[in-house]
Amino acid sequence: MDPQKSNRLATGVILCFAAIVSLIVLSLVLYLLATGLPHVSWHFLTSAASSFTAGGGIRDQLFNSFYLVILTLLVSVPLSLGAAIYLSEYAPKNRLTSILRLAIEVLSSLPSVVVGLFGYLVFVLQWKMDFSLLAGALALTIINLPLLTRSCETALSQVPFLQRQAGLGLGMAKWRVTTRIMVPAALPGIMTGAILSAGRIFGEAAALIYTAGQSSINVSYSNWNPFSPTSFLNPMRPAETLAVHIWKLNTEGLVPDATAVSAGAAAVLIIAILAFNLLARFVGGLVAKHFRQ
Amino acid sequence: MSDWEKRLTGPSKETNQERVGRVLTTLSITVIGLLVATILIFLASKGLSLFIKYGVNIWDFVSGTDWSPKKGSYGALPMIVTSFGVTMLAGIVALPLALMVALAVTEILPPAFRKVTQPVIELLVGIPSVVYGFVGLTVIIPILRQWFGGTGFGMLAATVVLFLMIVPTMVSMTIDTLLAVPESYRMASKGLGATRWQTIYRTILPSAAGGVLTAMIFGMARAFGEALAVQMVIGNASIMPTSLMSSAATLTSVLTTGIGNTVMGTAANDALWSLALVLLVMSLIFNLAMRLVNRNKEG
Amino acid sequence: MKKIMGTLGALALLLLLCFGWFQARGSGATITKVTDVGSTALQPLAEAAIPGFLKNHQNINVTVQGGGSGTGLSQVQAGAVDIGSSDVFAAQQAGIDASKLTDHIIVVTGIVPIVNPKLGVDNLSMDQLRGIFAGKITNWKEVGGPDKKITVINRASGSGTRLAFEQVVMGRQETVKAQEQDSNGTVKQIVSNVPGAISYVSSAYLNDQVKALMIDHVEATSKNISNNRWKLWSYEHMYTTKHAKKATLAYIRYLQSADVQSHLVKEAHYISIHDMKVRRDADGVVTKIGEK
Repeated sequence: MDPQKSNRLATGVILCFAAIVSLIVLSLVLYLLATGLPHVSWHFLTSAASSFTAGGGIRDQLFNSFYLVILTLLVSVPLSLGAAIYLSEYAPKNRLTSILRLAIEVLSSLPSVVVGLFGYLVFVLQWKMDFSLLAGALALTIINLPLLTRSCETALSQVPFLQRQAGLGLGMAKWRVTTRIMVPAALPGIMTGAILSAGRIFGEAAALIYTAGQSSINVSYSNWNPFSPTSFLNPMRPAETLAVHIWKLNTEGLVPDATAVSAGAAAVLIIAILAFNLLARFVGGLVAKHFRQ
Repeated sequence: MSDWEKRLTGPSKETNQERVGRVLTTLSITVIGLLVATILIFLASKGLSLFIKYGVNIWDFVSGTDWSPKKGSYGALPMIVTSFGVTMLAGIVALPLALMVALAVTEILPPAFRKVTQPVIELLVGIPSVVYGFVGLTVIIPILRQWFGGTGFGMLAATVVLFLMIVPTMVSMTIDTLLAVPESYRMASKGLGATRWQTIYRTILPSAAGGVLTAMIFGMARAFGEALAVQMVIGNASIMPTSLMSSAATLTSVLTTGIGNTVMGTAANDALWSLALVLLVMSLIFNLAMRLVNRNKEG
Repeated sequence: MKKIMGTLGALALLLLLCFGWFQARGSGATITKVTDVGSTALQPLAEAAIPGFLKNHQNINVTVQGGGSGTGLSQVQAGAVDIGSSDVFAAQQAGIDASKLTDHIIVVTGIVPIVNPKLGVDNLSMDQLRGIFAGKITNWKEVGGPDKKITVINRASGSGTRLAFEQVVMGRQETVKAQEQDSNGTVKQIVSNVPGAISYVSSAYLNDQVKALMIDHVEATSKNISNNRWKLWSYEHMYTTKHAKKATLAYIRYLQSADVQSHLVKEAHYISIHDMKVRRDADGVVTKIGEK
């Protein structure tokens, strides 16, 4: 066939299918927002959930979701960044390294229930963490490691080789080149990975049921002491996230307005993720700017 | 004098920094390595105890077709087949579509589109699987029921839901891979007078093939391990699937349904852990196979 | 300069944290923790009772988590938690030594067969119900309904609802291999979305999305359940070890008290244990209370 013609044809086909996929996906988001947003009100966002009467809110769940995302990222980003640096800069090219890579990748297909039960038996019982945000954060770290390590490694490997050579040529230590040149240059890629995994944290339920728990104790939002058991900042308290709440409403929810609350919570979740992404990008931009100076 | 000597012969500032870096990164990889090892050992010991402690024949487990733990009959083949089938179908449907979206975004459409796609993808990854399951139940299953008759529950419904779940991740990773193809390749190809399609087909795709395959593995791995959404739409009947529209059960859906209702240490509970182990081994084989394909392509 | 400020800030934060830690240790020493794990069906009620309980027991911290009856029983047996809540008798659960645990019955729940509201069937005989779940009756027209295939949705094997259903309805009959769903909510959603579906849920979950069936023209009301005219019901248990903590027992006593049983329990559409005129043991034998 004439190359110009086939070019036009291929472009058309690609655009057509891309449009179809985007349309499906966008209509999904719109559907969720349309069914959920009518139930969202200021009262819904600021009142506690109820057990079996209508009119409960999602205040605690919303906060817990955000807090858990921050805690998990605090644990998993340094860990996977360190691992990625090791794999891309220091790792000897031998069998052990490739086994390690394989093992991390295989981890990504573990069902979250299994991770949750592992977390329950090890973190909650063995390490006596009880049902807590921290145990949840560790379980989520296991789920996030594969994706996060991989995206950090990809981001690092995409930094132009010249930049690294320039640093090394100046007599800088490899570690300094990595932290001062490579990581800042790879920051956008790392950010994307972190935000993607934050999304998974927002949406994960099965791994949290057995670790962070599925009920919230009464917390006070004026107690800023993270060691006090009633403080909202205490990482050792059990906490139900928004996704777990949605799961609970759909499976064993006794409230008469379960469908409405769950739809509303899903819509709020979507908006929360969007807000988190924008915020993370904004902060990431600031950090990148800081490094460039 | 001795001070000078020390400075000249001792480790330099750079060496010390290097040491810190080495220790820190080695530490994190060790932690991860230990974590992975613990999980694997944990799963292996739990999953094998059905065969060791209760004397169930491994071959019977893998090839048997009757799953009724209450009667002491543990045949996991229906679930293995269903898990594999659903994942493959979702992956095969999702791969070309994700590739096309990624190509459209990176090669054809103006860069402004990329700024929009990224947040949308991240949004989709964050939607809880329960919500996907719910959409499957209220939107997809009625449609399928109207088109194909029957109940609507089954492998096809699960495939559609899984497809929706994995497409965002796959698109995101494919975009990353395509962007990693050096700009000079494109320029060289265009310089030789190639059309855009020729550039994509002859230059970009071959050099991005490895990454695209990895994206597919990641997407399928997620599909393989997904439980809550699948459980709601597949019909959860641990019988051999006879068609795409018949109810079936995956390894994960049986695992999730049963784990809360059995007592740890009993044969019924250990059988569920064996399912988890099968899942792990299957994804290991899958991963290795993909690697092999990849290496042959590069070599 | 910047560095010094940073260091000072970090130091101040650290000091603040240390201070908080000491303060928390000083004040939190007397709090007793009670953890309840298990049945997801009992969870909303157990949670809702906490605020009322804490009014009189400020030094007790109660956490209620789900996880399923099997998890609850195995964890209380292992001593990992204080209370294991369960939908089934410990004696019915394989791998549990019931003699080492104490049974506390909290509430009674009816189990009700449900169908899609548009189906137009509102009564089945016990034999018909058994026939449907055994796979012998496969079309609604055989039981006086429209010409529509029956989609059987069973409950997860090993779950309390399923056990009670098999004990009362099925007897020795095997159930047909069919869809299995774990939770009341999901079952309800499926039945309300599939025209020919039938399943059964705990009476607390009934609403207008689904149609509750009568069996032999008996309706599943609280009254009919309390005198066993409606035979499909089961207990919600809380199991403790033989030597449970005082705080644990105090919480369970509170749940069984007239205060909770006549308000919260009714609001949650469960049946109070004080209203029951019959009791049932682990083998399914029903006796009148006060007769034995």
